[in-house]
Amino acid sequence: MLLAFDHVTKRFPSGVEALHDVSFAIQDGDFVSLVGPSGCGKSTALRLIAGLTEPTAGALKWNGKPPALGFVFQDPALMPWTTVEANVRLPLDLAGLDAATARTRVDEALGLVGLSAFANAYPRELSGGMKMRVSLARALAAKPSILLMDEPFAALDELTRERLNDELRELWATQKLTIVFVTHSIYESVYLSSRILVMSPRPGRVVADIAMDEPRRRDPEFRISPLYGERCRAVRAALQTDDAR
Amino acid sequence: MNRDHILAYALPALVAVAVVLGWEWAVAAFEVQPFVLPAPSAIVAAGIENWSSLMASAWITIRTTLAAFAIALTLGVALAVIFSQSRMIERAFLPYAVTLQVTPIVAIAPLVAIWVGLDNGETAVLVLAVIVAFFPILANTTLGLRSADRQLHELFDLYRATRWQRLVRLQFPAALPYLLAGMKIAGGLALIGTVVAELSAGTGTSTGLAWRISEGTNRLQMAKVFAALALLSAIGIAIYALLSWIERQALKRWHESARPRE
Repeated sequence: MLLAFDHVTKRFPSGVEALHDVSFAIQDGDFVSLVGPSGCGKSTALRLIAGLTEPTAGALKWNGKPPALGFVFQDPALMPWTTVEANVRLPLDLAGLDAATARTRVDEALGLVGLSAFANAYPRELSGGMKMRVSLARALAAKPSILLMDEPFAALDELTRERLNDELRELWATQKLTIVFVTHSIYESVYLSSRILVMSPRPGRVVADIAMDEPRRRDPEFRISPLYGERCRAVRAALQTDDAR
Repeated sequence: MNRDHILAYALPALVAVAVVLGWEWAVAAFEVQPFVLPAPSAIVAAGIENWSSLMASAWITIRTTLAAFAIALTLGVALAVIFSQSRMIERAFLPYAVTLQVTPIVAIAPLVAIWVGLDNGETAVLVLAVIVAFFPILANTTLGLRSADRQLHELFDLYRATRWQRLVRLQFPAALPYLLAGMKIAGGLALIGTVVAELSAGTGTSTGLAWRISEGTNRLQMAKVFAALALLSAIGIAIYALLSWIERQALKRWHESARPRE
């Protein structure tokens, strides 16, 4: 176990309850997707893990001390006034890492997302997909053991999104990452995850915990396989049972 | 240089030539008295004749304007940074900054002149010009420091950035376009403030261009007044052009305002 939500409730000052008595555990090396309609508190769960907000009741329990985190927002959230290289280096600069180590790490991270040639470009010179890659590289540069992603590909076109999905699977497999991925896309979650937590809205609860163990290797073939269709149906069913209630 | 570019310079130049020629002709044709409206040729002549005294005055005005601008810039940015660090301080002091700004400078001028001493005309002018120029810097920088992207702020939270890191790496760069826009306004206001202050608080010890203008008016030397006016305009244009250039250089690589339209 890496992290457990132990009866976590999160209520905002406005009185809205984003999460209600939520408990689940995340294993080391999981690719967990949180799927649900808007307002189900999936982003709030992510922000709780990141420590950007605190639970109202219950607790988050880490196995040991909280590890290095990476966060990828829905927008690339790049600093427009500086280069790709400086954007990726930001977490390292903030941590006060020495210049030489930082340089190696940045080169590595940019290599992982295939943007080595764009180190000196400015964000506005990049396409939407490339900006998202820079954002991913920035998260990876800090060598996180857990990567939190909040609907990162929602604003991208279909083809770019599929390509980035493949790359993300590849990164997860090769970099020994634990990924918590928030999305409202059933297809995306089925394609990417090793496990899907289906959430219901107002207040947010986990209504289904579906393992997506095999196949380990996923490619465009998987998208048209019967297994893929079957799993999409299962996730959809879990989302809909809840709507009926 | 494409066609648009040439036209952008050629058209205003053409207007200037037409106006000057028409003006010269009208003054002669209608026998306008030189103390009402001197001919352009008379203005140029007066400019050449009084060259050294006009230049000496222009230098005083420029020096005061630049000093006022520099002080306003430093004060405005420093105060904006303090405001950005504490909402309480901002709430406590912003109303007074606004009050100082909206009170007509001409009305404060005599007071300031007395406080700094009547024989320190130049200091009085400087203080007044600073009061006029500093507000746009303060207002714009305060807004700019607050305008950084919310998700970037969260990123800085996530990586446990210190206040200083956040200020220098996030808030300052985000505020830069606002600050530069404020500087363009403040540059013009510093000159206006200097001239107004010279007129209203200037004494025999501060003999900037505004002093030349009021002196020339009193003696009905209108050609000299116009020559001084032309110099003031030139200074104003130069300040604006310089600040626009700095703005372009600072923002051209990243800011939307500096992106060429396609």
